[in-house]
Amino acid sequence: MSKFKKKRGKSQPAISTASLPDIIFMLLFFFMVVTVMRNSELLVDVVVPEATELQKLQQKSLVNYIYVGKPKQKNQAKYGTSPRVQLNDAFVKSSLEAEIPLFLEKHKIKVPEQQRPRITTSLRVDGDVTMGIVQDVKTALRKANQLKVNYSARPRAQR
Amino acid sequence: MAKKSSRDRMNNEVNAGSMADIAFLLLIFFLVTTTIDVDKGITVKLPPWSEDEPDITKLNKRNVYSVLVNAQNQLLVRGELANVDELRENTKEFILNPQKREDLAEKPTKAIISLKNDRGTSYETYLEVYNELKAAYSELWNDQAQKLYGVDYSEDLPLAYKKEIRKIIPFVISEAEPTNFGEE
Repeated sequence: MSKFKKKRGKSQPAISTASLPDIIFMLLFFFMVVTVMRNSELLVDVVVPEATELQKLQQKSLVNYIYVGKPKQKNQAKYGTSPRVQLNDAFVKSSLEAEIPLFLEKHKIKVPEQQRPRITTSLRVDGDVTMGIVQDVKTALRKANQLKVNYSARPRAQR
Repeated sequence: MAKKSSRDRMNNEVNAGSMADIAFLLLIFFLVTTTIDVDKGITVKLPPWSEDEPDITKLNKRNVYSVLVNAQNQLLVRGELANVDELRENTKEFILNPQKREDLAEKPTKAIISLKNDRGTSYETYLEVYNELKAAYSELWNDQAQKLYGVDYSEDLPLAYKKEIRKIIPFVISEAEPTNFGEE
């Protein structure tokens, strides 16, 4: 018993920091896995409306995004101020009905075959946009047989 | 010669002190670029495309709950001006018809919500209306789930339960092609 006590009292060893890099690396790997790089630069201003009946989008790899809104301030000289549709990182130039199927197909080939029926299109539409352009997008999606759609919205407190 | 041997002696351990710094740097980079916020929204299933419009005139008038939103973002429910705030309760009453009124739906399975908007309707209003209609249904589903299974209706409910509830109260919203008013 006395032997034990003596040993402890003799010196105060410094706390080993050797495992610190490991801890940091663990955190690092966590964030690396969780991170999703924003793959397309937004060319339009989108403030999505508020809603209460929200559902989460499950797998990000199964989602493709269509943005609708007014071009951002810096792009307005080039593209005007009327609402435009953005697919990937460019505006729709010709017609929606020609470009949307192509856009969907490009996304589809990256998804494993058995998961393809679960592909969802997320419509990120600005609240001030009129329904005309949204309707055109919806019609094009229906014609392209992409029927799972998610109207992106922000949560709102219950009234 | 003597110098070389001293270098050899020092070299037998690589200094790993800066490893933590490097890891920190990377960590901070990923911390900044990470977007944890999950995408949320109202999920809908669009009807398949067909050239001819479905004919709802054949349906019994009492089973159709028509909601029109015009380019001024006003609401017309069954021919009367209405307010978005009342839409949820009114829709619930229409679907369930607890007092068995003649002008409301015969039974929940026959109820059809018909939603129509102008091309000039703002998206915000449209989504608000759609949200209220969906909320009416989800509140009914919730009641039904409580009655049958004693739990709240949620997406995590077993599929069999959800199917059963949706068989009693199916979600039917028919969206007509919009009218060409008020397009910018």
